Amino acid sequence: MRKKFFRPLAAALVLPAALLTACGGESGDTAEAGAAGNTIKVGVLHSLSGTMSISEVTVKNSELLAIEEINAKGGVLGKKLEPVVEDGASDWPTFAQKAQKLIKKDKVATVFGGWTSASRKAMLPVFERNKALLWYPVQYEGLESSPYIFYTGATTNQQIVPGLDYLKEKGKKKIYLVGSDYVFPRTANKIIKAYAKANGMQILGEEYTPLGHTEYSTLVNKISDAKPDAVFNTLNGDSNVAFFKQLKSAGFDAAKLPVMSVSIAEEEVKGIGVPNIEGQLVAWNYYQTTSGATNDAFVKAFQAKHKGAVTSDPMEAGYNAVHLWAAAAEKAGSVEVEAVKKAAAGISLDLPEGKVTIDGPTQHVYKTARIGVIGKDGLIKEVWSSKEPIKPDPYLKSYPWASGLS
Amino acid sequence: MSDRLRGYTLFASISLLILVVAPLALPAFRLDELAKYLCFAIAALGIGLAWGQGGMLTLGQGVFFGLGGYAMGMYLKLHDAGGDLPDFMVWSGVEKLPALWGPFGNPVVAIGAVIVVPVAIATLLGVLVFRQRVRGAYFAILTQALAAAFVILLVGQQGLTGGTNGLTNFYDVFGRDPEAESTQRGLYFVTAIVLGVLYLGARQLVKSRFGRLLVAVRDGEDRVRFLGYNPATVKTITFAVSAGMAGIAGALFVPVVGIISPSLLGVVPSLELVVAVAVGGRYALAGAILGAVAMNYAKTAFSEEWAGGWLYLQGALFILVMTLAPRGAVGVYQQARDALARRRGDRPPPEPEPAPAVKTPKEVPA
Amino acid sequence: MESLLNQVPIGLSIGAVLLLIALGLTFTFGQMGVINMAHGEFIMAGAYTAYMLQGWAGGQAVLVALPVAFLIAGALGWILERTAIRHFYGRPLDTLLLTWGVSLVLQQAARDLFGAPNVQVDAPSWLTGRIEVAGANLPYSRLFILGLAIACVVGISVYMNRSRQGRRMRAVMQNRELAAVSGVATGRVDQFTFFLGSGLAGVAGVALTLIGPVGPSLGTYYIVDAFLVVVAGGLGQLKGAVIAALALGMLNSFTEFWTDASLAKVIVFAAIIAFLQFRPQGMFVLRSRALT
Repeated sequence: MRKKFFRPLAAALVLPAALLTACGGESGDTAEAGAAGNTIKVGVLHSLSGTMSISEVTVKNSELLAIEEINAKGGVLGKKLEPVVEDGASDWPTFAQKAQKLIKKDKVATVFGGWTSASRKAMLPVFERNKALLWYPVQYEGLESSPYIFYTGATTNQQIVPGLDYLKEKGKKKIYLVGSDYVFPRTANKIIKAYAKANGMQILGEEYTPLGHTEYSTLVNKISDAKPDAVFNTLNGDSNVAFFKQLKSAGFDAAKLPVMSVSIAEEEVKGIGVPNIEGQLVAWNYYQTTSGATNDAFVKAFQAKHKGAVTSDPMEAGYNAVHLWAAAAEKAGSVEVEAVKKAAAGISLDLPEGKVTIDGPTQHVYKTARIGVIGKDGLIKEVWSSKEPIKPDPYLKSYPWASGLS
Repeated sequence: MSDRLRGYTLFASISLLILVVAPLALPAFRLDELAKYLCFAIAALGIGLAWGQGGMLTLGQGVFFGLGGYAMGMYLKLHDAGGDLPDFMVWSGVEKLPALWGPFGNPVVAIGAVIVVPVAIATLLGVLVFRQRVRGAYFAILTQALAAAFVILLVGQQGLTGGTNGLTNFYDVFGRDPEAESTQRGLYFVTAIVLGVLYLGARQLVKSRFGRLLVAVRDGEDRVRFLGYNPATVKTITFAVSAGMAGIAGALFVPVVGIISPSLLGVVPSLELVVAVAVGGRYALAGAILGAVAMNYAKTAFSEEWAGGWLYLQGALFILVMTLAPRGAVGVYQQARDALARRRGDRPPPEPEPAPAVKTPKEVPA
Repeated sequence: MESLLNQVPIGLSIGAVLLLIALGLTFTFGQMGVINMAHGEFIMAGAYTAYMLQGWAGGQAVLVALPVAFLIAGALGWILERTAIRHFYGRPLDTLLLTWGVSLVLQQAARDLFGAPNVQVDAPSWLTGRIEVAGANLPYSRLFILGLAIACVVGISVYMNRSRQGRRMRAVMQNRELAAVSGVATGRVDQFTFFLGSGLAGVAGVALTLIGPVGPSLGTYYIVDAFLVVVAGGLGQLKGAVIAALALGMLNSFTEFWTDASLAKVIVFAAIIAFLQFRPQGMFVLRSRALT
């Protein structure tokens, strides 16, 4: 009896749903060009769903904050910015396709987006062929300089090299390398090995674990066997939680074995648990605690919108990207891509991390490197910084020891 | 109208819709998206064959999709590099072209490999697994583990495969610029025609003696064995055919979307394909195609409008379909049609469907 | 050499984790043939239970959470069984897709309820130390997981062999029809089995907070491994699950020691596929004269 009743019901439910999905979503195809009308459309393309959404949503929020700030001051060239937010869904082909949609359908003036190297590599051909502009806000592995991408996160000589300088300065000569198995850690470790060779440091081991790996007891055993002075950690995401918990429970804390991490920001510290990671080192260009009035204003504005949230390096780099683009467009007097690119070289703004200048030839930015220690409150305290913003050098051309790398 | 005629009319009108109406009505990038869905539909067709007709729930179809995709990607990469090393190898520190890549510089070898490699691996696996009478849930979990292992292997061999980034940034697809609208349009037609041909082929296969045997194996493997057939052979052949289809789908996907990467091949994408087949209607080959296109379209449409909600919706949809309409959209349509016919009284009560009743024999060994 | 010896207890503790996550599945999958892809999300529910209790129980949250998580995850499982799965008996492959839908919904629900970032569950202070045995370094947290796994196995085997309910369960497992005609209310046994299996997932989730991340995708990290343990051990075989978990733990521990984590995982998967060549139904098979 019951079955007979349910079947037509199912039909009634499924068919209209199918029809709805077939008809919906095609309404907005009559888009004007990015700068036409009274607004300028800009794309914001991050993973709002899937595994990467944890990190990328925060960057999206800070980019939207910057857009709001600019609009509150009257917009760009007298026109308000209109963000078009798209979901990359933690899926690289989706990033490429959404980029295409933003460029071709929405005709945005520029796109802010991406987090993983894979998503950037997937979008790169789309931007290059359509001669459109992408602002990429995350530290990455370098060895890239696309004419249609501006990189506002650190390249290797602004994060990894200073991290190594710091370890060397502290007399840590024997290093163990731990990383997730993907492009950034492998490239970073290649650089670290070249650096170590030139600086009399010794690499005792180099281990990679699959993304999402959670079993670290064997690795901890290998580390304890090798007895390094420090670990250089390029693990990503949830693996960091398992690694630090298991390292700590095996008796290795910051005093016994310092770990320098390059993918752990304020956001991640909460999930790892402060007791497990207190006192450990991180290398970035910005912390929530970075001093300066600009940063105080940024943190305050962000926390006013998102209660209890922390601000981290990639968020700040995303926020910077929007302001830098706006400044370049103002200078160019146009949002046209080639004009903005030309105007962007040399633009210098006072941003939360300090003075940020766009380097014309590489389209990267000058950034101050900062080493921090994770404190009891879960925030990161700066213990060392480069005296001034470091010139970006994505191919490490100015470092003789890196000559064989690219 | 006889059923046969009705079928032809339907096929013809859908072909018309896909080959004439869609290219005229859709803007270029939407057409490109549709081409992507059609690639998934080809892989789904293979699943429809293996699972719907043959009862083999394969959760590792991403592996074969990936093998086809990488074969194509490797050729395109080598072609772009024009004698040099592909770009990702340079920054992965590879100095000499790996031996595995060598043959893929030749387009004929690469296109051959798109079909041969997945078929060969599926045959090997099938011979090993089906002869041992591994089936049902065991087979499903085994193929799932295969997908998981395959992804880890691909990611780990960065110098060979491009790691998590996969292969991307192709500048030249058989002499054309892959981003040009004319190329995308051309690729769309190629994909649509391949799908149509494979659909007709699969339909022929299902209607043949072999197809009947396949359905018999699904519904009562031991009985078929007692009748003197070897179910392992039937299953292996079907599994290999479905793997070949997935390989072709992967190979078309690469020029259409411009990337192949491990994130497309793992446990979740493979499952998503199976679910699309279930939603469309697993017992009809057309259902597999319908499901793949509709689910992927819904995913794009919803994530554009309401990102977080897509997971709820997707989840709720499976639950609803599996509990209320296990034969998917096609099953619902058939039921509605029969009910309508009965009400009009111009038809005798429908004969029992060729598809099995919901209650199949217990697949887990008791 | 010393570090090689260390790999033995490490293998044991990896095995204990595998066993704990797979135990519940030996019931739901092994007995009822339900491929419960939401098992991982029941583990997640257990972990979040510990997180929620932290405000109230403070440092002892992990201990307090064990029984609570058992009940909560068990209740989730029971609801799932009553509302959906019971319509699916005899269609094991359909349950896979159904429960995958459920797992997606639960993951997104966790994301909405607790936020997408990981949360932290503090280990009780008495679990933060470690002992050293013959140079081997054994964290208390690992010993706790090992002890918990042993306790669960002992508890289950006593229950299965000594209690009336447990005997009914075995009867249904061995021959559902015969049990039904002998007067066992199979429907009620199924409900309880599902409750038990899901509850054990909750217990595993609490234990996992000691060593891993606690977040919405927690379940996805463990689900494939859990199924492999059950498949390798043989359906519905407690003994099989124990041996399979330990064997896989050891295999993983030593291959990772000699190679690396990625390769170790691939080798373990390959070993299972090869093993099923020789024993297609796992280590231990429930003998039956029934024809598929």
